[in-house]
Amino acid sequence: MAEKPRLKLPKEAKKGDVIEIKTLMPHIMESGQRKDKDGKVIPRKIINKFVATFNGKPVFSADLDPAIAANPYLQFSAKVEESGTFKFTWTDDDGSVITAEEKITVA
Amino acid sequence: MRVLTRRAALALGAGGAALTVVGWNSGASAAAKDAADQIAKFTGGKEATKAKVSIELPEIAENGNTVPLSFAVDAPMTADNYVSDVLVVADGNPNPGVATFHFTPLSGRAEAATRIRLATTQNIIVVAKTSKGEFLTGQKLVKVTIGGCGG
Repeated sequence: MAEKPRLKLPKEAKKGDVIEIKTLMPHIMESGQRKDKDGKVIPRKIINKFVATFNGKPVFSADLDPAIAANPYLQFSAKVEESGTFKFTWTDDDGSVITAEEKITVA
Repeated sequence: MRVLTRRAALALGAGGAALTVVGWNSGASAAAKDAADQIAKFTGGKEATKAKVSIELPEIAENGNTVPLSFAVDAPMTADNYVSDVLVVADGNPNPGVATFHFTPLSGRAEAATRIRLATTQNIIVVAKTSKGEFLTGQKLVKVTIGGCGG
């Protein structure tokens, strides 16, 4: 998994605002339901966990099953009381992890 | 022993026929049972109130491979009372589990959106758990024209 996630969130906000965060991670999300042309099941390989923290504190996380569509899109909210850094983590079934960070200024 | 009247015998026969028709559909009802089991595990058997959970899904999903889903739980998100977890199941998929979302007071609102795969027309059931151990639920039927399980 060497993809780059796409993120959309504001760079600035007012203290106490609830902002919307949109994330998109390129990934096949192989469900384990498909068969190849020889009739063999293509093994499952998905992103099974997403975590978002702000200044190290948990904001939102999701345990994903194969029913999440390819290129998992996750949108959620965060209440910001101070400036800081969001950290996002995607974990693949094979244990590999991709992270991304975004700063926000809160006045 | 009372002799079976012809009417009673016919009714028995019709009942038997109905049972076999339901049997043919057992794939769908097996998935529904799996979904119910997952929900029972999530709630610990506790009853979930059918309220405060709104779900947005298209009425008809043209492509079961990617169906937009969003939900929102109309409940406080304060330090002493917040929605902590939300389970989403699809009661007609080969594996009903879709995702479990975890929230904290820093989430601001207990809401999320994603895109899911649906094998067939079915119900999406959303169950929310609060930090006080209460459960809220809602569900929505989605008609799927082309199933999205790689079939």
